[in-house]
Amino acid sequence: MGVGIERFGMKELVIISGKGGTGKTSILAAFAALAENKVLCDADVDAADLHLVMAPTVEEHHDFQSGHMAIIDQDKCTECDLCRNLCRWNAISEDYRVDPIQCEGCGVCVYFCPEEAIDFPLSTCGEWFISDTRFGPMVHARLGIAEENSGKLVTLVRQEAKKLAEKKAFDLILTDGPPGIGCPVIASIGGASAVLIVTEPTVSGKHDMVRVAQLAAHFKVPGMICVNKFDLNPEETQIIEDVARENDLVVLSRIPFDPIFTKAMVQGQTLFEYNTNSEAGNAVRKIWEELMVRMGS
Amino acid sequence: MIISIASGKGGTGKTMVATNLALSMDSDVQLLDCDVEEPNAHLFIHPALEGTEIITTPVPQVDEDKCTLCGKCGEICQFKAILVIGETVLTFHELCHSCGGCMAACPEEAITEIGRDLGIIERGHRNGLDFVHGRLRVGEAMSPPLIRKVRSHTRPDTLTIIDAPPGTSCPVIAAMQGADFVLLVTEPTPFGLYDLKLAVGAVKILGIPCGLLINRSDMGDDKVKEYAHENDLPILMEIPFDRRIAEAYSRGKALVDVMPEWKEKFFELYSRIEEMAMPTTPSPLTGEGRGGGGNRKIWHERTRDHKW
Repeated sequence: MGVGIERFGMKELVIISGKGGTGKTSILAAFAALAENKVLCDADVDAADLHLVMAPTVEEHHDFQSGHMAIIDQDKCTECDLCRNLCRWNAISEDYRVDPIQCEGCGVCVYFCPEEAIDFPLSTCGEWFISDTRFGPMVHARLGIAEENSGKLVTLVRQEAKKLAEKKAFDLILTDGPPGIGCPVIASIGGASAVLIVTEPTVSGKHDMVRVAQLAAHFKVPGMICVNKFDLNPEETQIIEDVARENDLVVLSRIPFDPIFTKAMVQGQTLFEYNTNSEAGNAVRKIWEELMVRMGS
Repeated sequence: MIISIASGKGGTGKTMVATNLALSMDSDVQLLDCDVEEPNAHLFIHPALEGTEIITTPVPQVDEDKCTLCGKCGEICQFKAILVIGETVLTFHELCHSCGGCMAACPEEAITEIGRDLGIIERGHRNGLDFVHGRLRVGEAMSPPLIRKVRSHTRPDTLTIIDAPPGTSCPVIAAMQGADFVLLVTEPTPFGLYDLKLAVGAVKILGIPCGLLINRSDMGDDKVKEYAHENDLPILMEIPFDRRIAEAYSRGKALVDVMPEWKEKFFELYSRIEEMAMPTTPSPLTGEGRGGGGNRKIWHERTRDHKW
């Protein structure tokens, strides 16, 4: 695990949230407009949205191959049933066909089939891109629908972003992370310089922020938080910031609820492109300045 | 009947819909929160919790006295979770997918299985509502086995509502598979639409009937509606942005508790789902007619046979 960013004197900021829909991607897009000499990286490979604002021009396109899938050769199969007995995923039907959605790619059936009747090809389960945008280079990906190995694809796009930054002698990577605390999130934060947790003043936002903060602490990545839409519930915002401090997070400025987030997104623009002087935009600009101080840039 | 509430994009209102739908039922209902990475439904249901169960997944333990360092375990493992290096066998439990391959491949029967903690399952109730959720252990990467465990609590005799995680990869599939209907909660924004298309793709792969609920329906543009019409996806309900709804949600209050007039609307939503989920529709994948009963049977067989 870990992309080993710090060893190269390069910084990577990963934006995560625990709870989805708190504004991660819109805020990262706004940072992209403020930062110079950086590579953008969309590590939310399962439901990637950053490209909808960045409108990237794809320069390199690669298939992402990872994991294998069992396929039974019906001509060779003698229906001995050994594979069905060994498969813990119930992926093999009574007529000896493998359900590609159930198949975990463990290869146990392949290994034990006495007739060598099971093929085990490498799966293509997504694609990844190096692109150019009006805010600089961007590495992004698309995991195939219903595919596995999202963690590996996340690790890959982060590694590629790092390579690209090295090549261009840039010292910053801005990474848009996925929601949750599972496999793709773990792959997104390992070895990062810092995470910014974007949360909202709701009971869910608080609950999920604490879990993702614990995850960052578990992997020893320094964490910061900012509360978006804070004025929807100022009391809850205060509670969340107190809880965050108890969890050793650095609390940054608050962002007010502002329909400009949605309006800018509909236009495919960052907050600043939509309006150079909005209240929410100014709050995001302040957070960016605080971040740069904290990250020593 | 099993209704799975999913979305693609996070934060569109899945939990709000799942909890309010469950609270709007007059008869017995079961709510399974399968967003085990970030379970939130309990924050709105406030169930009286009755029991906690620690959930583990089997991982290998090697008896070094029996092991001859033949290396077959490392050969079969696709996940680099066990390998022989020099005079020792190393196991990496966090990488293990619990396939049991190493144990089956070991000629010396030197491998047994112990449990790796995945997290916990908590059960409770609020009046006629039966509540179950999973909480993934912080630091654990694999949520699907825990989601499947939560789903093994499905009661065949009642309506089961599943609160699914966001996205379209394996955890979401684990929360949708075997459902009779998937309700996709979306928002009318470019991010909402893009992720909705991915979610519809996943539902189509599974061959489950689905419909849309558009949340904050007046904030954004008309493209989600255009997409729905072009693709014959029924829009079953729209919830406009209302600061009162947002504030109630922020305080952990169910919408139907604060604004009871919504209860009837959620019940109507359920009635429409019931009509759409019932048989007659051929599955696009298998071409076979399918209905609640048949699909559910497959699910129960799977859970019963599951060797976790």
